Amino acid sequence: MTARRLIDWVPHAVLILGVLIFAFPIYMTLIGSTWDAATIARGNLPLTPGDQMAHNYVTAWTESRGSRAVFTPVRTMMLNSVIMALTIAVGKIVISILSAFAIAFFRFPGRMLFFWMIFITLMLPVEVRIIPTYKVVADLGLIDSYAGLTIPLIASATATLLFRQFFLTIPDELVEAAKMDGAGPMRFFVDVLLPLSRTNIAALFVILFIYGWNQYLWPLLITTSREMQTVVVGIVAMIGTGESATDWNLIMATTMLAMLPPVAVVVLMQRWFVKGLVDSEK
Amino acid sequence: MQRRVVFENKWLPYLLLAPQVAITLVFFHWPAAQAIEQSMLLQDAFGLRQTFVWFENFEVVLSDPNYLGTMRVTAVFSLAVTVLSMVLALLFAVLANAHIRGRSAYKTLLIWPYAVAPAVAAVLWLFIFNPEIGVLGRALNNIGLRWDYRLNDAQALFMVVAASAWKQVSYNFIFFLAGLQAIPRSLLEAAAIDGAGPVRRFRTVTFPLLSPTTFFLLVVNVVYAFFETFGVIHALTKGGPGKATETLIYRVYLDGVINNDMGSSSAQSVLLMLVVVALTAIQFRFIERKVHYA
Repeated sequence: MTARRLIDWVPHAVLILGVLIFAFPIYMTLIGSTWDAATIARGNLPLTPGDQMAHNYVTAWTESRGSRAVFTPVRTMMLNSVIMALTIAVGKIVISILSAFAIAFFRFPGRMLFFWMIFITLMLPVEVRIIPTYKVVADLGLIDSYAGLTIPLIASATATLLFRQFFLTIPDELVEAAKMDGAGPMRFFVDVLLPLSRTNIAALFVILFIYGWNQYLWPLLITTSREMQTVVVGIVAMIGTGESATDWNLIMATTMLAMLPPVAVVVLMQRWFVKGLVDSEK
Repeated sequence: MQRRVVFENKWLPYLLLAPQVAITLVFFHWPAAQAIEQSMLLQDAFGLRQTFVWFENFEVVLSDPNYLGTMRVTAVFSLAVTVLSMVLALLFAVLANAHIRGRSAYKTLLIWPYAVAPAVAAVLWLFIFNPEIGVLGRALNNIGLRWDYRLNDAQALFMVVAASAWKQVSYNFIFFLAGLQAIPRSLLEAAAIDGAGPVRRFRTVTFPLLSPTTFFLLVVNVVYAFFETFGVIHALTKGGPGKATETLIYRVYLDGVINNDMGSSSAQSVLLMLVVVALTAIQFRFIERKVHYA
């Protein structure tokens, strides 16, 4: 092999190594989910799949106890996660597109005040104001409810700014034409703006779905009953203190199931995902 | 800032803004105001009376050697996560951006970890590096390294840094790749014609042109390491052993939720808000400058 050929291969070698390092933890989790708890607890987990796969996934999905621990069935936790992720994604998109429409297409007293009120929330993650926000939710009696789980996370400026940015690029002629045809603002919004915003909405949806699905500290505080637990919080609860003698096989099956929806969304909607990420952060 | 042609309506814009403004007021401005108020109040031992103490809570927090230790841990942790995930991401992005076969396949194979929750990333790493059941944890012990991140400070820090960075590389990779693709090929070709080798081209053309992306990612990664890694730490080490992996946000959780010390926890929240505001301000100053010269 000539030196030239060798140089051509170096990027591939490094990238393949990177891909393997990234995939290795997932591979071991997959393997762990196909063996029985005793094999894992002994510390003899092989590097090849076992024959307990169907049993582990069915048990984790439906049962509320393994051989050693009690937990919430994965189907309940996944349903909670789906509700949380969808409510946050749809809720954020709806309230943001409406407020961006108001700020971009109307002139009214207090416009800049409202803009800054929303804008100031841009970079402050919920973790920073976690305790006082928790107190507000508790005062409103929303602990352990879907409303408490989702509504406080819907307040964010990112999506509003993105829509506003996009609305400012819409040519004035389009607005004038709509006015000439006698279309009111809401008519214009539904017939012109919404169709034009389709890709932006899809891109934001991917980002926000993952954001909602992956929340940890907030659901940890807000959910108190097992029936309300989300799957990301549930996995860590199943591990507990991390004894070697626990239902690792079921924990690993749950972990695989918990990763499936967000990873599928990223891989299948890759184009929109990259667009959403790059646009919403710029 | 404003369109030339707008709609006229007295009440519709307020109605459209109402949902977002209501949620922002109730779940953002109100709690933030309460945090600031609480941070200046001192509760008596029975939780019956509160006294206004100005900045006493801040003085107590900032003179607490444990808090200063937590600040040091946060600084080391954030720096390690940021540098590690950004350097790896830049390396992968540069390689994937070179005109090689399978570019889009590599891209797909490198971006999916973005979808993995930080807490779940921690579970994946725990399963591999657990000293009793983990494949690599046991291997390390078998070659006599005495591996147990639950007892050893440095190993615990390594674990939370590795799991946090593992998840963040894909995010940085996407932005570096977008930044690299925006660099005009003609510039690189001109440099090549002038006799600059690949390393020199990267140092004198690519890297300077990437600096807006790099700077943006620097701020985003620090914010990530400060706040979003709570799940990693909670799942892996719970801040331990001792306080070896206790970051500022973990301390807020401990004081506010576990120890129920509202004054101190609120003062810490306010301090963190100031950090974020400072980072945002730096970010915006920089973006504004970029717009000026672009």
